[in-house]
Amino acid sequence: MDRSLPLFAGVIGSFALSAFTLVIVPKAQIGALQPQTTLDEGKITDIYPIENAGMIKGREVYAANGCIYCHSQQVRDVQNGTDIERGWGERRTVARDYLFEQPPFLGSVRLGPDLANVGSPKWRNEPEGETLKPKKRDRAWHLLHLYAPRTVITESNMPPYRYLFEERKISGQRSADALDVLPRGGAGYEVVPKNEAKALVAYLLSLDRSHPLQEVK
Amino acid sequence: MTAAAPVHTFVPPIAHPGGPAPAYRLHLERAKIDSSTRGPVIFFLTSAVLWLLASTFLTCIASIQLHAPEFLADIPWLTYGRVVPASNNALLFGWASQAGIGVGLWLLSRLCRVEVKYGGVLMIAGLFWNIGLTFGALEILGGKSSGVEWMELPGGAAGIMFLGYAMVALWAAVLFGFRRQGPAYISVWYLLASFLWLPWIFGIGYLTNRSAGLQGVMHNVVAAWASQSFLSIWITGVGLAAAYYLIPKVINKPVHSYNLASVGFWSWLVFAALTGAIRLSGGPVPAWLVTFSIAAQILLLVQIVTVTANLVLTMRGQYHMVYHSPTIRFTFFGAISFSVASVLSLLGSLRSVDKVLHFTEATTAMQQCVVYAFFSMVMFGAIYYIMPRLVGCEWLSSSMISLHFWGAAYGGGMVIVLLFLGGLAYGMSLGDPEALFSQIVQIGYYIHVGRTLGLVLVVIGHLIFTLHFLLMLLRIGQPGGEPTLFAPLDEEAH
Repeated sequence: MDRSLPLFAGVIGSFALSAFTLVIVPKAQIGALQPQTTLDEGKITDIYPIENAGMIKGREVYAANGCIYCHSQQVRDVQNGTDIERGWGERRTVARDYLFEQPPFLGSVRLGPDLANVGSPKWRNEPEGETLKPKKRDRAWHLLHLYAPRTVITESNMPPYRYLFEERKISGQRSADALDVLPRGGAGYEVVPKNEAKALVAYLLSLDRSHPLQEVK
Repeated sequence: MTAAAPVHTFVPPIAHPGGPAPAYRLHLERAKIDSSTRGPVIFFLTSAVLWLLASTFLTCIASIQLHAPEFLADIPWLTYGRVVPASNNALLFGWASQAGIGVGLWLLSRLCRVEVKYGGVLMIAGLFWNIGLTFGALEILGGKSSGVEWMELPGGAAGIMFLGYAMVALWAAVLFGFRRQGPAYISVWYLLASFLWLPWIFGIGYLTNRSAGLQGVMHNVVAAWASQSFLSIWITGVGLAAAYYLIPKVINKPVHSYNLASVGFWSWLVFAALTGAIRLSGGPVPAWLVTFSIAAQILLLVQIVTVTANLVLTMRGQYHMVYHSPTIRFTFFGAISFSVASVLSLLGSLRSVDKVLHFTEATTAMQQCVVYAFFSMVMFGAIYYIMPRLVGCEWLSSSMISLHFWGAAYGGGMVIVLLFLGGLAYGMSLGDPEALFSQIVQIGYYIHVGRTLGLVLVVIGHLIFTLHFLLMLLRIGQPGGEPTLFAPLDEEAH
């Protein structure tokens, strides 16, 4: 018996079935989402999410240096984990949250904390009431954390990203961006962020997916 | 017989319609077929072996960085987040895919009893693949990664590789089309499915992910589907094809049951193809999609059981061959790992388990179980079998093969077990919202130190293997005729 016809048909059929159910049907369902708009007396009062073109450079730095291999950007609901209890977000994230991201950095491993909402002032990575929690995670904190993670979190296993900064001689006034660290060159030198570091921190601070959505109860 | 002619002392497991061909004609035919595949197959296998070494070193760097974050921290192109995708791409596209192509082409031409025509085209295909991948890996290290996991290669590099592979797939289809063997053997079914699936998952995955038409999380849906298909169809299919060929061939006994093999193949073709959304579990995608893939993964149990039973029953009474034949030792280790990896993937896909393991390195362990413990070990076995037939001499030293095996089996096994158990502990701690994250990270420290130690064994194994392989290319080995065995095979003793 020559099995070649059923064999070819089977291979092509299995591929078609797979691509149809796992790519084409989901694309029909979530492949053309629109931002959520709130209407008040016929006027749009609120749109979420909003495309943020200013963050493209920061996203590139995030992708180039492989942040995704340790940090996810997705919050699971309470049935699927403790993300919300940990303070990584107030609600689970859904497809609409990532509408304008090409591509979304969902990530698959959490060697570091989830960053889906790291720009939100409510974001925390410590149990409520924990004294180790930094007072605020603002721009200066993030820059210092990128430059020398262990100066702000003693047990951190994040690599330092010193190559996103430069050490230079202070000429006249100390730069406003200069980090609060002792430069290797000693006094007379300062550590300032390169554009990549600035863009990356701006991107991190823009991450906030806590806006209420109708599809998340 | 010339020195280049391969020597065969085993009766083929396939029944020939019209009775067995005279032995001398089979020898002559195989010699012709082997000489037609020699160039391309050796080209692909050599590239694969060198990529494996590159990938192993990169993995070592990444592993050290996880317990010593300062390691190479001031070199941008060797930062953890670039080394990981570079090593993964080197492993999947450099080693696994090229070993798969090399072994697959050799098996197809042997099993279809067809000489490869215009083998030069396959060499050009291999050149395309390697040039594309080299550029791509350098671009990842240089900071040009796309940011989509498992699809980090920049579009240009992937495009060149795709052109190369398209030629390979075409040649594979032609080999099958001109086959002289009547009914196709089990291995041919698997090879055909694998070789025809790869260009589509590779092409669709990369094309759609680079196009502006794809919105938001659909990028992740497509990438999850493509990468899972890459593992469960391409890698698994070629690995099983080689196992189904090598085990019966070397122990000189036909496959236990063709019906079992048939059930296993068809259930695999349907269900494995539908498991693509599992790694999105708990993520921002429609819940039905993940549930659908979990159901497919559970139904895949049919294949896991039938393939395991078939290979184990084929081996029954011949287990002593593990002590004698390098090919059998590697291949049977791989076959058992296939069953272990499949059962782990099945358990890991269940929502209650996934909840704990999802974002931990246990997922890495399960992938490495497929790529390394199963597929790579079978490929090692296949290379130990194929190379003497292409080069015309036997492997120089059985101790070197033995060291390679123990380095790969102990080192690789240690890495996988550590990552899995460590991931389990890590995941359970993450499940306690009162556990301080910086404390949980400390669990990782010991796992990663152990992993680096395991990787040192793997490096030793791979260095010895590479050296042995290069010696083989220079035809520095034992004279052709008797295969290099761990222990002499004395029929009377058993």
